[in-house]
Amino acid sequence: MSMSNGAGHEPEEDLPERAGRERLDSPVQRTGMFGAGDTGDTSGYGRLRVRRTVVPDAERPYTDPDDPRTEGFDAVADALESAMAEAPAGFGEAVERVVVDRGELTFHVRREHLTEVLRHCRDDADLRFELCLGATGVHYPDDTGRELHVVYILRSITHNREIRVETCCPDADPHVPSATGVYPTNDWHEREAWDFFGIVFDGHPSLTRIEMPDDWHGHPQRKDYPLGGIPVEYRGATVPPPDERRSYA
Amino acid sequence: MSAQATEEHVDVGGGDWDEVVAAAQAASAERLVVNMGPQHPSTHGVLRLILTLDGETVTEARVGIGYLHTGIEKNMEFRTWTQGTTFVTRMDYLTPIFNEAAYCLAVEKLLGITDEIPERANVIRVLMMELNRMSSHFVALATFGMELGATTVMTSGFREREMVLDIFELITGLRMNHAYIRPGGVSQDLPSGAVGKIRELLTEMPKRLREIRKLLDANPLYLARTRDVAHLDLAGCMALGVTGPLVRASGLPWDLRKAQPYCGYENYEFDVPVSEGGDVYARYRVRMAEVEQSLRIVEQCLDRLEPGPVMVDDPKIGWPAKLALGADGLGNSPDHIAHIMGGSMEALIHHFKLVTEGFRVPSGQAYAAVESAKGELGCHAVSDGGTRPHRVHFRDPSFTHLQAVAAMCEGGTVADVIAAVASIDPVMGGVDR
Repeated sequence: MSMSNGAGHEPEEDLPERAGRERLDSPVQRTGMFGAGDTGDTSGYGRLRVRRTVVPDAERPYTDPDDPRTEGFDAVADALESAMAEAPAGFGEAVERVVVDRGELTFHVRREHLTEVLRHCRDDADLRFELCLGATGVHYPDDTGRELHVVYILRSITHNREIRVETCCPDADPHVPSATGVYPTNDWHEREAWDFFGIVFDGHPSLTRIEMPDDWHGHPQRKDYPLGGIPVEYRGATVPPPDERRSYA
Repeated sequence: MSAQATEEHVDVGGGDWDEVVAAAQAASAERLVVNMGPQHPSTHGVLRLILTLDGETVTEARVGIGYLHTGIEKNMEFRTWTQGTTFVTRMDYLTPIFNEAAYCLAVEKLLGITDEIPERANVIRVLMMELNRMSSHFVALATFGMELGATTVMTSGFREREMVLDIFELITGLRMNHAYIRPGGVSQDLPSGAVGKIRELLTEMPKRLREIRKLLDANPLYLARTRDVAHLDLAGCMALGVTGPLVRASGLPWDLRKAQPYCGYENYEFDVPVSEGGDVYARYRVRMAEVEQSLRIVEQCLDRLEPGPVMVDDPKIGWPAKLALGADGLGNSPDHIAHIMGGSMEALIHHFKLVTEGFRVPSGQAYAAVESAKGELGCHAVSDGGTRPHRVHFRDPSFTHLQAVAAMCEGGTVADVIAAVASIDPVMGGVDR
C-alpha cells in the first residue's frame, strides 16, 4: 500500500527502472516456497521473497473503452472535482489518491475532508449518490501510519453508478469523522467498525458496541487479536485450532 | 430481577409481573420500559427490542442485536477462499444461496474470472437464487401470519417452502447450509430428476399462490392489521439505506437484477413489482408478486439449460474433483480417484495442493452485490495475495433494515411493533454474522 510520489510521473524517467524500484519497495507477501515456518524448507527456495503487487494510482482517463464496467468513471471524477473546486479544500487536497481496479473506482480521501466529500457525493446533481451501503473497517497492520481503513460504498440510483470512498487513520490516533450526519444508515455500520476495529467515529450520536457484549475487552477483527480456539482430540489424533494450523500465505 | 421505579419510568427488566404492577402503581409513573426479547417467539431469532410505552403507544423503540454473533467474518480469515462458502451459507440461513452467490461473485471479481464462468453454472446459479427467493418469502409470510395469530398462513407458508427445500435437498444434498455455489462455478451439476422435480413445482405452485392470495389479499382482518401500519416513505428508505422489497413497497422500482445485472440476469424476462403504500400490506403484496416473477425466471432457466461444464475451465482455480454418488454416499468420483491414485502423479500433487493449500487470489479489494430476497446483499472482500482472505465483510440487508424499526414503530401501538418487525423480515443469523 505504499504510495508512489509525484516525481515518478515524469515521462523521461526510465520506466523499467521505476517499475523495478516500486517492486522492491512493495511489501513482502511471503517468504520461502511453501510457507513453512516451523520445519526446515528443503526446497532450496527458503530465502525467496515474494512481493505483493501494489495497485497503482489511476491516471486519466479513468474510463477504459475496452472495459464497460468503467463507463462513467471520468464523469464521476469530473463532477467531484468541480464540486470540490468551490469548497475550502480543493479536490487535490481532499482526495489523496484515485484507484481504478477491477472495474471499480475508489477515492482515497483524507479523513479531515471525509464528510465534505460525502456531502458532495450525495447532493451534487451530477453525482447523486443517494444510497450509502454502509461503512466497514479493514486493518492493514503493515501499512505504517495508515493502519486502519474505513471503506464506504456509495450507490447512485439516479445515474446507476457505484463508487467506493476510502479513508484511513493511524493506529495511534484512530479517529475518523462520523458520516451519520450525511448518511444516517451508517449509524450501526460505524458502531460495528468501532466494535470490531476500535475506530472512533467523532460525532457519532452513540458510539457503543453493537455485536460484542458491552464489557468486552479488545476489538476482535483486528489482525493482532487472536482467533482463539482449543485443540480437538479425535481417536487419538489432535487437531490444532484453526489459527495454529499451517498457513500457506 | 425486580422492577425498579424511578420518578419518570418503570423499568421492566423481567421478573414477577405483580412486582412490576405494584412498582408502577407506587411510583405513579406513566412511562413503562419493556424489554421484548431476545427470547420471544416473534423476534425472529434473538432480537431484543427495548420499548418505552405510554399506555399502548410506543414512544421510543430501540433495537439491541449481537445475540447471535458467531464471528463468521473473522473465522473466514483463517480458511481458504473455497472454505469460505461453508461459512457464508450459514449467515442468513434463510437465504443461503444468496450469501454464497455474493461471496463467490466478489472472489471471482478479485480473480478476474467473472466472464469465464460457464453459461450452465450461471443458469444454475440464477435458478437456485430464484428458488431461494421463493422459499425466503414463504418464511416471511408464514412467520408473519404466525405472529399475528393466523396459523393457517403459517402452515401454508411452510408447506410451500418445503417444496423448494425438497428441490434443494435433491440438488445440493442439504435443505440449508448448502455451500453449493463455489468460486468458479457450482459444486456439482444438477442430478438426474432435478429438472422434472422443478417442473412439478412450476405446475403446482401457481395454484398454491392463488390459495394464499384468496386467503389474504382482501381479508378484512389481515387488512386491518397491515394497512397503514409501520409506514416508511421513500426518503426514509434512502436515508436509512433500506433496499429490497421494502423500498419497492415505497414506490421505487429498484432492483439490482435489472440495474446492475450479474450471473446473466439481463437475459431473463421479468418484472419488478412495485407498490405505493409504504406499509406492511404493500410489502406483503410486493413479496407475493416477486414469488410469481421468480416462477417466471425459473421457467426460463429450465429452457436455457444447455449441457456443459459447471466449473471454470482453469485447473488452478476449479475444484479438482467431481462428486459422485456411490454405495457409501456422496464422494469423489471413482474415475477421479483412479486418475490421481493410479494414473498421474502430477494430478495427485495438483489435487493435494489445491485442496489443502487452496488457490492464491491477487491482492486488492472488490465489492459485489446481489439482490437477495431481503435487499442488497453486498460482499466486500480484501485479499493480500494469499490463499486466505485478508478481510471479508458482508453488508447484510437485515442488519441495515433493523435500524428502521424506530422510524416505523414510534407513535404506533405495541401490537403494530410485531407487524413492523415481521414486515422487515430480519434473520438474526445474517444481522449478527
